[in-house]
Amino acid sequence: QIHFILLFSRQGKLRLQKWYTTLPDKEKKKIIREIVQIILSRNQKTSSFVDWKDLKLVYKRYASLYFCCAIEDQDNELLTLEVVHRYVELLDRYFGNVCELDIIFNFEKAYFILDEFIIGGEVQETSKKIAVKAIEDSDMLQETVEEYMNKPAF
Amino acid sequence: MPAPIRLRELIRTIRTARTQAEEREMIQKECAAIRSSFREEDNTYRCRNVAKLLYMHMLGYPAHFGQLECLKLIASQKFTDKRIGYLGAMLLLDERQDVHLLMTNCIKNDLNHSTQYVQGLALCTLGCMGSSEMCRDLAGEVEKLLKTSNSYLRKKAALCAVHVIRKVPELMEMFLPATKNLLNEKNHGVLHTSVVLLTEMCERSPDMLAHFRKVRQLSSSQLVPQLVRILKNLIMSGYSPEHDVSGISDPFLQVRILRLLRILGRNDDDSSEAMNDILAQVATNTETSKNVGNAILYETVLTIMDIKSESGLRVLAINILGRFLLNNDKNIRYVALTSLLKTVQTDHNAVQRHRSTIVDCLKDLDVSIKRRAMELSFALVNGNNVRGMMKELLYFLDSCEPEFKADCASGIFLAAEKYAPSKRWHIDTIMRVLTTAGSYVRDDAVPNLIQLITNSVEMHAYTVQRLYKAILGDYSQQPLVQVASWCIGEYGDLLVSGQCEEEEPIQVTEDEVLDILESVLISNMSASVTRGYALTAIMKLSTRFTCTVNRIKKVVSIYGSSIDVELQQRAVEYNALFKKYDHMRPALLERMPVMEKVTTNGPAEIVQTNGETETAVLETKPPPSGLQPANQANDLLDLLGGSDIPVIPTAPTSKPVSAGGELLDLLGDLNLTGSPVSAPAPQIAQPPFLLDGLTSQPLFNDIAAGIPSITAYNKNGLKIDFTFERSNTNPSVTVITIQASNSTELDMTDFVFQAAVPKTFQLQLLSPSSSVIPAFNSGTITQVIKVLNPQKQQLRMRIKLTYNHKGSAMQDLAEVNNFPPQSWQ
Repeated sequence: QIHFILLFSRQGKLRLQKWYTTLPDKEKKKIIREIVQIILSRNQKTSSFVDWKDLKLVYKRYASLYFCCAIEDQDNELLTLEVVHRYVELLDRYFGNVCELDIIFNFEKAYFILDEFIIGGEVQETSKKIAVKAIEDSDMLQETVEEYMNKPAF
Repeated sequence: MPAPIRLRELIRTIRTARTQAEEREMIQKECAAIRSSFREEDNTYRCRNVAKLLYMHMLGYPAHFGQLECLKLIASQKFTDKRIGYLGAMLLLDERQDVHLLMTNCIKNDLNHSTQYVQGLALCTLGCMGSSEMCRDLAGEVEKLLKTSNSYLRKKAALCAVHVIRKVPELMEMFLPATKNLLNEKNHGVLHTSVVLLTEMCERSPDMLAHFRKVRQLSSSQLVPQLVRILKNLIMSGYSPEHDVSGISDPFLQVRILRLLRILGRNDDDSSEAMNDILAQVATNTETSKNVGNAILYETVLTIMDIKSESGLRVLAINILGRFLLNNDKNIRYVALTSLLKTVQTDHNAVQRHRSTIVDCLKDLDVSIKRRAMELSFALVNGNNVRGMMKELLYFLDSCEPEFKADCASGIFLAAEKYAPSKRWHIDTIMRVLTTAGSYVRDDAVPNLIQLITNSVEMHAYTVQRLYKAILGDYSQQPLVQVASWCIGEYGDLLVSGQCEEEEPIQVTEDEVLDILESVLISNMSASVTRGYALTAIMKLSTRFTCTVNRIKKVVSIYGSSIDVELQQRAVEYNALFKKYDHMRPALLERMPVMEKVTTNGPAEIVQTNGETETAVLETKPPPSGLQPANQANDLLDLLGGSDIPVIPTAPTSKPVSAGGELLDLLGDLNLTGSPVSAPAPQIAQPPFLLDGLTSQPLFNDIAAGIPSITAYNKNGLKIDFTFERSNTNPSVTVITIQASNSTELDMTDFVFQAAVPKTFQLQLLSPSSSVIPAFNSGTITQVIKVLNPQKQQLRMRIKLTYNHKGSAMQDLAEVNNFPPQSWQ
């Protein structure tokens, strides 16, 4: 089971946090600080896996964003890398050539997409097409279109 | 009331803030606006305001006042509202707030909504953050949805059920009926989540597990064959664009099936047999060029190793891991080592075949890979390969990061003890560890080694000779010096009589031996514990040496007035031994008998050498000039920690490329030729206080220094010599050791040495060895001065000497100007 997912920039700014376990707010902040520091200080030559407390951190950098998943001891690290990659692909399909700015300005969309891919720390849908279609259909249901354009000008 | 600003507008505005304060101001302003908007119960813009609040929450600002608003949004009829409301609930609410229970009714309604996307929102929220109470209330609804034909909802309901079971395990039973035909779906989403659900149930309950192994599923076949069939279809079927990842069909589903098979096959012969073929097929046919293929292989290997597989399959699995070790991708190497570590106990021989690859991983750049390789290497050492393995591990010990050295040293000692092919090899190996990583060796290793040496009776001469040679050049590594001192004390007679058989005996005189022991006693690199060893060793030699008993008596008597309480006590007792109990001396100081092998804590009989030392209280005289270090007390505690002072873990700095760095490289080369050299200086950040230099870490390198000593003062029979040491890691520090001697016929007592330096320097004066300079040059007072000279100016010093001599108080002032350039440049 994935315990949490963090997205953060190379300066350590948080772009998304999804928690699948219950923790006090203060604790979450502390964990984020700690993990961001650990990952940002690792160099190119190290592996994508870090033993942290009783969990394993799996992280990968895509352009200016770090994607980090915390999994349990019996979970498959290599597959988790694929999970992360799939999420990035979904974002890319939805936004079209996704970049960090897309996620900053449309953070709620990033969450919606994540929620169509993972529930309770487990993958719910393995087809890219179906996952993205669900988001797009949901978008159509929204009453005020002007609020939520796919690619707002900024 | 103007419309509240849009979300994206706010984001853009906040991002223009140039300082934290500016951002805080903007946020506060907007929060105030949002709060008043909430108070007005504005329905139109509630959604927008909550979205903004969620953004600010992500930046780290408090957003709890939006919790109730999220509930209102969830209760709204508009889909836009619900979407943001549920998101807000997942981000801002959890089971620790009572407020969250208000959601339950809304969720219940939405689970039955006519629009599947609304149902989906409710299922997702419940499945991510539902509390136990909510789960209890809503489990029935989830169970209903688990049986729907709508695959979009079914897959979400399955994961929601997983969450319910995790929160309230007793509810597991109620989902059992619905699982009957879950795997008949074509839809991969449903298949995947169903496998997850089944896995959760089997892991949690042995009864469930037994049930699923035996009971026929709906399509009249059991679970294992059904899973095997699905897996087979995935592998054999042609390209399916929807689920393809780099040529592999739905790797996520494949891995989850493999994992469920693992649980079903564990400890169960029938199930294991049923899955044998498919495992072999996956193991041999999966494409390994990309990470995704390797992920599947990895899971397959884990499954093969965990079930009751036939040996051919197990060998296949370990060979896959062996291939992983050769992969360029460090992630693959990492998981291979982790898995091998798990299997090395059960499949020892198979893992042995990959020993050389594993040993190569000791040279990997990634720290966690190195650590795993080290642990695996130790697990693989046996009687046959011990010589070769030790060679590699000793090389590793030389070059690895400090955080490994203690574990590696301990591991080597253990392996050597178990598998040493000969006593001589054993002693040599111990020597090698002590000389290359002497400062990292654990405390308990010293008594163990001493016991080992004692029991290797035929090797005594060889051992003491090697140890003597080792510390002759460098006596800074405390464990090495302790063992050496003890051995010299015990076997000094063998040393001077040149009785060594194993190698060319060296010519050593009794005085030379005493010289080295006294150097250890005097040196400021020696920990208190080590001094104790040295003093006792000197004492023991009084019964083993013939010509130098008087010298020994003198040394012992001097330390009767040592400021170190432990040393003082010993010296006084030894003195008493000389004076009043001389007839008992030979018996007391007799050779140690062969010891009983005791458990890890080491032999209790070694009472003469160290058990515990009392921490001595060093009184530092306030320096006449220079700054008083603020945390002197803390630094003192560091000093008295003895040889187990841990190296400060490396900050992420690379090796220093400075003059000091080249020096380290030079030492590194020396290490490889096997001659005993001090361990390379650890990477410690520049210490602001000079007292740091007094740890047992070899910061000072006598060999490389070669700075000439000077006579700083010579008058009225009082001579003061200065000897110099420079620090490797901090070139601004010069350590001056003064030796005061007295050539007159009467002692000088109450001797106090004071020094002053120009303003650009800092000075630290440590406590002297005593306050009495004995007459006739028969002894000296030593004292350490540390000078910090950051501007590398020419060193000058003014000294003031006060003492009592021939019944009168003497005092003198002098300037020291003859410092050699090497001492300050």
